Amino acid sequence: METVNIKINGREYTVPKNSTILEAARYAGIEIPTLCYLKDINEIGACRICLVEVVGARGLVTACVYPVNEGMEVYTNTPKIRESRRMNLELLLSAHDKKCLSCVRSTSCELQKLCLEYGVEETHFGGAMPESTPDVSTSFLVRDNSKCILCRRCIAACRSLQDIGAIGANDRGFDTHVAPAFEKNLADTSCVGCGQCIVACPTGALYEKDDTQKVLDAIADPTKHVAICTAPSIRATLGECFDYAPGTDVEGKMVAALKRLGFDGVYDMNLTADLTIVEEATEFLGRVQNGGTLPMITSCSPGWIKYCEHYFPELTDNLSTCKSPQQMFGAMYKTYYAQKMGLDPKDIFFVSAIPCTAKKFEVTRPNQSAAGVPDVDVAITTRELGRIIKTAGINFRDLPDESFDAPFDIGSSAGAIFGATGGVMEAALRMAAEVILGKKLEKLEFEDIRGIAGIKRATYKLGETEIRVAVVSGTANAKKLLDAVKSGEEKLDFIEVMCCPGGCVNGGGQPTQPASVRNTINLREVRAAVLYNDDKNAELRRSHENPAVDILYKEFLGEPGSHKAHEILHTSYIKRGL
Amino acid sequence: MKKKLTTIPFKGTQAQEAQLDELIAKNKDIPGALMPVLQGAQEIYGYLPQEIIRHIALGMDKSVSEVYGVASFYSQFTLTPKGEFAVSICLGTACYVKGSGKLMEEFEKELGIKAGETTADGKFSLTDTRCIGACGLAPVLTVNSDVYGRLTPAEVKGIVDKYR
Repeated sequence: METVNIKINGREYTVPKNSTILEAARYAGIEIPTLCYLKDINEIGACRICLVEVVGARGLVTACVYPVNEGMEVYTNTPKIRESRRMNLELLLSAHDKKCLSCVRSTSCELQKLCLEYGVEETHFGGAMPESTPDVSTSFLVRDNSKCILCRRCIAACRSLQDIGAIGANDRGFDTHVAPAFEKNLADTSCVGCGQCIVACPTGALYEKDDTQKVLDAIADPTKHVAICTAPSIRATLGECFDYAPGTDVEGKMVAALKRLGFDGVYDMNLTADLTIVEEATEFLGRVQNGGTLPMITSCSPGWIKYCEHYFPELTDNLSTCKSPQQMFGAMYKTYYAQKMGLDPKDIFFVSAIPCTAKKFEVTRPNQSAAGVPDVDVAITTRELGRIIKTAGINFRDLPDESFDAPFDIGSSAGAIFGATGGVMEAALRMAAEVILGKKLEKLEFEDIRGIAGIKRATYKLGETEIRVAVVSGTANAKKLLDAVKSGEEKLDFIEVMCCPGGCVNGGGQPTQPASVRNTINLREVRAAVLYNDDKNAELRRSHENPAVDILYKEFLGEPGSHKAHEILHTSYIKRGL
Repeated sequence: MKKKLTTIPFKGTQAQEAQLDELIAKNKDIPGALMPVLQGAQEIYGYLPQEIIRHIALGMDKSVSEVYGVASFYSQFTLTPKGEFAVSICLGTACYVKGSGKLMEEFEKELGIKAGETTADGKFSLTDTRCIGACGLAPVLTVNSDVYGRLTPAEVKGIVDKYR
């Protein structure tokens, strides 16, 4: 690595040659505050909070975009710098709705934190405020521009990370605001609801459509049977809402908290992840044997489904018709379990706790009502679940570890790894390979498709059958791969797509982490490690050997892929176009 | 200023589209070529219709929001078509002192639109301009190439009726 010698605050450092002042300072253990900067996707020097002094430079410079060079002398903490940063914060606040007390991001807001550090409480700049009305048009997120500081991190997430570009900066000067083109409502755009904009936002300008009250009302209603299932990845992330380090597994405490909230049943979605695998692998093998549409593409990620419907409507026949694990759970609960327990599906209120904002859209989709009522009533994000637990006065950190309720308490670790990119494919391959080969695999790890790379490819020779697979996460990567599939350049049999980069562990419904954490810790990797660790230590590692899944087929569904399974566990898609 | 959007339906010819597609093809792979394409499109259509902004986004492999962001940023771009009769009222210093602001209010009332907009039937558009160099006639306005000077708000209705 080429290096240069620079001085920061009078001390000498040797730093990588092509770094910015911000990176060099971090290298030297000095944190320069930022607001608009997000590593790799939003390096635009717009907010001017990272101002530093460079000896010989005219005026202060923005550390996030200013490159270091040999002999450079930088100061990061002089009275002049602090005064300038304070002034810039005041200017940002002058157009900011300062109702912080009830703001969803209060205490996790990056602007609030900086104002606290710099002693900025009020602004000297009174006068007009930009006019805005919150966009509440979708079922999954709210944009409130009165809290927007125009850092453009959301735009970068939507455009660079996801290659969707549903939003942009419109108009100029005092009127500049973030919105869809032609001032449309978000619901009328190709927004897929991934929520990557929410986790990118430093303030409370973007947040999920809050459904916590619906859940609390249902629990308080004695005529309702209220059940909840938790998605594979949230055991790896919920702890972050309670100040645990990213990558802490809190499954036991999470279950204990849910039981104390008063749910009538607390279940593990790993179980229907297994059910999804059994149905999906059966569907895949059927397509291979009967000359069905290939490559088959996974359908667990509702953001990806909406993306496919908008951007690749000609590929909707390639999508597996399997419902997602969330929807399968609700469907089985309101049919099989209702029948078994003598419950009226109308009296069941089924909640899923998920890492995802697009799941809020999924529950409203047509053809997701196996019992004649919606399979799932409400989908709440990890963040909402954290808030419910906090406001219920539960001391999360002091809880004992408890276990999920029977009969939906058994999930294989193949289901658990659904939460990370490559997990669904690996779980499906474990089953497909054993079915094709007619014997047990000695080694269950499919390492080529693990890890956080955006596009992963592998070919597996199973007896006489060769299966070409690819795993992508992030819709920008999905677009690249599917363009190549369409042009014939890429020949594949089975593709896993997850809407969010890194998969569900990095979902748009996961706890927010400030840029200072996002820029330095690879959250995708750290959170996914929890799931792969679970898998390594688990006894039950094959979806098709899950005894609880076996019972579902024996008592109710018949065979995998049966007519009844299709009625309850499969769905259909819409060719939306742009 | 906030860009005004139109509800007037887009009318374009095949010849116009062919001209635009040629322009897009020429600029597609040049970095930073969105501006000249938008300028060219405005020359072809007289304004930037929503359909054309979408068409350009698709052709240039950009998101619609990005193209709209540029179109709504620069004051030289207009998103509304000019009316059959384009009323432009001088809001330069001399005209303004002589009451052209009042003329603008009267036109807005009479036509039922705001400055920067076009009537739904496409007949009239209303814009403000800076000094047009006829301060002796202040307050002054033009309707297409007809010039009207030394006006009072009471005369506005008569002018509009002439073109109705």
